[in-house]
Amino acid sequence: MSTTVLNTGTEGNVWGGGEGVQPLKASYGKMMMWFFILSDALTFSGFLAAYGFSRFKFIDSWPIADEVFNHFPFLHGVDAPMYYVALMTFILIFSSVTMVLAVDAGHHMKKGKVVTYMALTILGGFIFLGSQAWEWKNFIKGEYGAIETKGRQILQFVDKDGHRVKVADLAIPQPQVRERHERKNGLWFVKEAALPEFTVEEVIKGFKANPNVLVRTQILDENGDKTILSRTASIAKLEKDAALVVNGANLIRNEYGSPLFADFFFFITGFHGFHVFTGVLINIIIFFNVLLGTYEKRGHYEMVEKVGLYWHFVDLVWVFVFTFFYLV
Amino acid sequence: MGHDAAAHHESGTKRIWNVFWLLSAVTIVEVVFGIFKPEALETVVLGMKILNWIFIILTLYKAYLITWAFMHMEGETKGLRRSVVWTGIFLVSYLIFILLTEGGYVYEVFKNGYKAWDF
Repeated sequence: MSTTVLNTGTEGNVWGGGEGVQPLKASYGKMMMWFFILSDALTFSGFLAAYGFSRFKFIDSWPIADEVFNHFPFLHGVDAPMYYVALMTFILIFSSVTMVLAVDAGHHMKKGKVVTYMALTILGGFIFLGSQAWEWKNFIKGEYGAIETKGRQILQFVDKDGHRVKVADLAIPQPQVRERHERKNGLWFVKEAALPEFTVEEVIKGFKANPNVLVRTQILDENGDKTILSRTASIAKLEKDAALVVNGANLIRNEYGSPLFADFFFFITGFHGFHVFTGVLINIIIFFNVLLGTYEKRGHYEMVEKVGLYWHFVDLVWVFVFTFFYLV
Repeated sequence: MGHDAAAHHESGTKRIWNVFWLLSAVTIVEVVFGIFKPEALETVVLGMKILNWIFIILTLYKAYLITWAFMHMEGETKGLRRSVVWTGIFLVSYLIFILLTEGGYVYEVFKNGYKAWDF
């Protein structure tokens, strides 16, 4: 029985693995999984190092992560930095533990335990993906809104105590003269993106009517806090440079600061999330193989071990993303 | 493969849970430091805040735990271990060094190079 599953049909042409040939005392599949992981680790390092490059390039104006990711489910308006992402980290660590327990149960040929632990791992993966989606939603939607200048800097609003003020609370709505250009109401072959809720004029008008509000630029002072302008400097800056009202973040605009921050956030957490997603898919396939007794017949659960390596790697990457996006 | 299963997996679960508690403890320490950011750890040592050094060292420790215990690198041969770990560490160190140095240089040019980029 075991020969039928171990032969790949390419013996004689390439090394197809098998019992007899084991360089580095690892099976073909396991060794190749390790080298795949190495190459994937280099890819992620490239992304994270590029993030570091951009951050060093804008070291005096980079967004403060604690201000960007400060939401927690059911705690609306409460400033909760780190808690949510810590929760996500624990979910991933725990699903890593259930994965390694499944591998361990596989070594002892306990099919029932492998099934349970694999199921828990898959569940953990789904919870993590859901959390990631929620995090993205908050990031894309934004919270306070900001003004983008002609030089693509971000101006945010704070009150006298330094607390953030929402653009929506500030702006004084004026009769709208500008309508969004869609295919149906203009040239049929061009359209524009959704217009912001408020215009720059409305925000400036609201700002002038609120003597307690100040402008906060994205430049960091020597304590690592954002610089807050005086009232006169605020009005001068707004009148001279304000170009756009920005809400939330996408690949081009970012209310939190440098657009590169949003780009790297989407790209790196997205690429990691894609890895989690494929990890869950592969886990599901292996889970059903375990259920069907494929590995019981094969005589060993090495396949669980190999997919486990991939799953742990995904956890490993998250450890670094966690540090470099949220902590440092 | 199944044949070495009995050799070093008797107390597998105990070690797994130990590592889990270690990883959790390290993460909790990181989160607490990340939220409170103690004033005393804001001092810059060797070009970086002590706090950031702590975060990076703890991260590398977590990476070591995951790779060695969960991915079972400790049970692989020396050759496999070195060809994976050393390759990664050398290439990544080089990449980080070159990109961060370059990033700092570009920052200096933007700041002092008479370039108006906030127009």
